Amino acid sequence: MSGVFSPTRAKIKERTLRTDKWWLQPLLTFSVLISFVIYATFRAFENDNYYKDHLISPFYSPCLSEACVPEATINGFTPVSAEILNFALSPALIILIFPLGFRMTCYYYRKSYYRSFWMSPPACAVAEPHKKYTGETRFPLIIQNSHRYFFYAGLVLNVILTYDAVISFKNPEGEWGHMSVGSLVLLVSSTMLWLYSMSCHSCRHTIGGRLKNFSKHPVRYKLWSWVSVLNHSHQQFAWFSLAAVAFADIYVRQVASGAWTNFYFF
Amino acid sequence: MARNIKLRIWRGDSTDGGLKDVVVEANEGEVVLDVIHRVQATQMGDLAVRWNCKAGKCGSCSMEINGKPRLACMTQVASFGEEETITVTPLRAFPIIKDLVTDVSFNYKKAMEVPAYEHPANLAPGEARMEQIDVERSQEFRKCIECFLCQDVCHVVRDHEENKKSFAGPRFFIRIAELDMHPLDTLKNRKKTAQEEHGLGMCNITKCCTEVCPEHIKITDNAIIPMKERVADIKYDPIRWLGTKIRKREGL
Repeated sequence: MSGVFSPTRAKIKERTLRTDKWWLQPLLTFSVLISFVIYATFRAFENDNYYKDHLISPFYSPCLSEACVPEATINGFTPVSAEILNFALSPALIILIFPLGFRMTCYYYRKSYYRSFWMSPPACAVAEPHKKYTGETRFPLIIQNSHRYFFYAGLVLNVILTYDAVISFKNPEGEWGHMSVGSLVLLVSSTMLWLYSMSCHSCRHTIGGRLKNFSKHPVRYKLWSWVSVLNHSHQQFAWFSLAAVAFADIYVRQVASGAWTNFYFF
Repeated sequence: MARNIKLRIWRGDSTDGGLKDVVVEANEGEVVLDVIHRVQATQMGDLAVRWNCKAGKCGSCSMEINGKPRLACMTQVASFGEEETITVTPLRAFPIIKDLVTDVSFNYKKAMEVPAYEHPANLAPGEARMEQIDVERSQEFRKCIECFLCQDVCHVVRDHEENKKSFAGPRFFIRIAELDMHPLDTLKNRKKTAQEEHGLGMCNITKCCTEVCPEHIKITDNAIIPMKERVADIKYDPIRWLGTKIRKREGL
């Protein structure tokens, strides 16, 4: 017997005496994240419906495979073979490791999935079901310490997705100065990704958090202060950006498959 | 206006114990500690409860109220439903002594294991000067009242007794962070020992410590995660590690 049932502790047979709906939050988190994972997996392997008239899905950008729709590439830059071991490689699979890694190692998402998927713990003051616990001291969870590298990769992707949002201000004929619902969707998606990245704890550390003397680095202190303000809302940006990226992909897919028409404001 | 409320109070010691039902009067504006004192005065004369300031500043009356670690002196009776039974138990992460009193000496042992501030050798006492912006960050951590609610709720030790020997807990991670962020502290290897001796890597940042802190210290965001990042600087980031070797400096 360990934990709250250890022999020296007060003898209480319940795993928790909480009377509120403590299970609701992990259940909601689990449901939303698993839905996203299922959808993202389906889309990553679909290898279709990711480009239409200067709109490219964020799941497929940058499109680096030789099999990419030519218009979806960055100036025809396709360094990756279309097939690996006779397996048709979806362009999404080449790049999704970076946003996936960024979110998997994110300090906020770690809290979310440790609670909702691994129940370690399911909620505060609710006894977890595991007999042993070593935290993030061993493989594979020690990899969580690489979060900053995924953050750097995420910044590169953000630049590319912002470029995609800018490109979407063209009409189907390729003329600039036109805005559609798709432009707005990609603009919101890339903006949310920037907010999510810039509010990241690794960003906060890199930009100034590691300093011992703020007074000797006034510019970095100012930047750290701004990032700290964003950092308060990191959880919100994590969810909003996830929803925005998923919706952007759904929108492009629907437009590319012909199910929806991309309405142009001007 | 006074009304009767239903309480369930854990009574017992290290050999046995259980929840006892009691009905007690509660007046408007009273907190849980008030009604526990009334129970002690009128119905359970030998009820053991630790308390002191009744103002949320001494950290003595930590207990679990309806399963949540809280200060009894800061928990309004009116925050519960009129028909709701309020269950009061001792902290469940520490050894029980009697009734609502636990042995929190684990925390004092851990406090002694954290190396103290080390003053620069070239500065005499009284010569040290610091800018306000350098002090502000760690001042947040000085608000700690050592109620040990964060230590109680942390599942690393609450759910795993065996981890107590290798895990200092959130209260001492903020102490380590405070010292590591101190511009004048000269002790080397504070980050390394945080990871290797105080068990920083055991924390999986589920933020329960932050949720229960009565002083609203952002334990996870402002102390534990920054310390994890500082540890990553010296242990898990090869580029950063190389940079510090070339430039020969640990902190900035």
